[in-house]
Amino acid sequence: MSQVAAMHSAVEPAESPVTPESWGKFGMWIFLAGDAVGFGTLLAGYGAMRATSADWPNPYAVLGINLTAAMTFLLICSSVTMVKALEWLGQGDKSKAKMFLFFTALGGAIFVSCQAYEWTHLIERGLHINGNPWGASLFGTSFFIVTGFHGLHVTAGVIYLLSVIGVVSRRPEPAASYNVVEITGLYWHFVDLVWIMVFTFMYLL
Amino acid sequence: MAATTHAHAATAEHKHPNYMAIFWTLAVLTIVELIVVFLPFAKFTNGVMLCALALAKAILVAMYFMHLRFELRTLAMIAVTPLVIATLLVFVLLPDAFAVAHKSEVKKGAESAASEKH
Repeated sequence: MSQVAAMHSAVEPAESPVTPESWGKFGMWIFLAGDAVGFGTLLAGYGAMRATSADWPNPYAVLGINLTAAMTFLLICSSVTMVKALEWLGQGDKSKAKMFLFFTALGGAIFVSCQAYEWTHLIERGLHINGNPWGASLFGTSFFIVTGFHGLHVTAGVIYLLSVIGVVSRRPEPAASYNVVEITGLYWHFVDLVWIMVFTFMYLL
Repeated sequence: MAATTHAHAATAEHKHPNYMAIFWTLAVLTIVELIVVFLPFAKFTNGVMLCALALAKAILVAMYFMHLRFELRTLAMIAVTPLVIATLLVFVLLPDAFAVAHKSEVKKGAESAASEKH
């Protein structure tokens, strides 16, 4: 290594003013803020469509809320396993951290499976993206777009979590993976937070 | 070099709140939501209660699971901005919503008047 290169490697990169731990964390917050605007726009659009419709079906009567209530509970549980993974990593126990990361990914995978089952069941009953037997056709359109967009986020989250388990395994020091796991946790909790809103607006109201 | 980078990445940890207490609070709030749906109140009252419960749950997740409570205020402001934008968007869409409802009422009125003539 040349003298100049050695000097550069010794210089600390400029610290993020908002998240001193890492720039990656700041980047994730900015991404989540943008993503939240996307979900906010979808839900506001849903509200406007519903307000202008004279024959909007009663969501909880048509969709049923037993399965989705269980799915909500599952996502809350997966958020707890996520924070537990971070807690164990902070205490230097890599194997327990990896186990809780795996439980989180498993929770996400079960959630997506339940959503696939729910969609199949509703499609069989006549709910389609361009129409349904209960009223306004936009009911089906908005349902599939909003829950589908969220489902894509959960699927991406499961892949993200599994790849992070690999990162934790490869790095010898548990502390070296702390920021990576914390940033992953931000994404996962955001997915949980959005579902709380989607569950209320699309199913309960 | 890589080891140095990793060492830099290993930084101060956050405080860990009582996650199980947050979990049970979220679980109870979810059960309350399911009860509220079937309460015999006016639709508007139920709607306000459900929105308040959802907001409470979202705030708990953001504050404690996402550790926003332990972050700088600037980051909290970045996090809250989308909520403000979404709320503004609702107000932007409201005139359109009422305009369409108004038009449909006018159309219905005209249709009923025409049917009365016949």
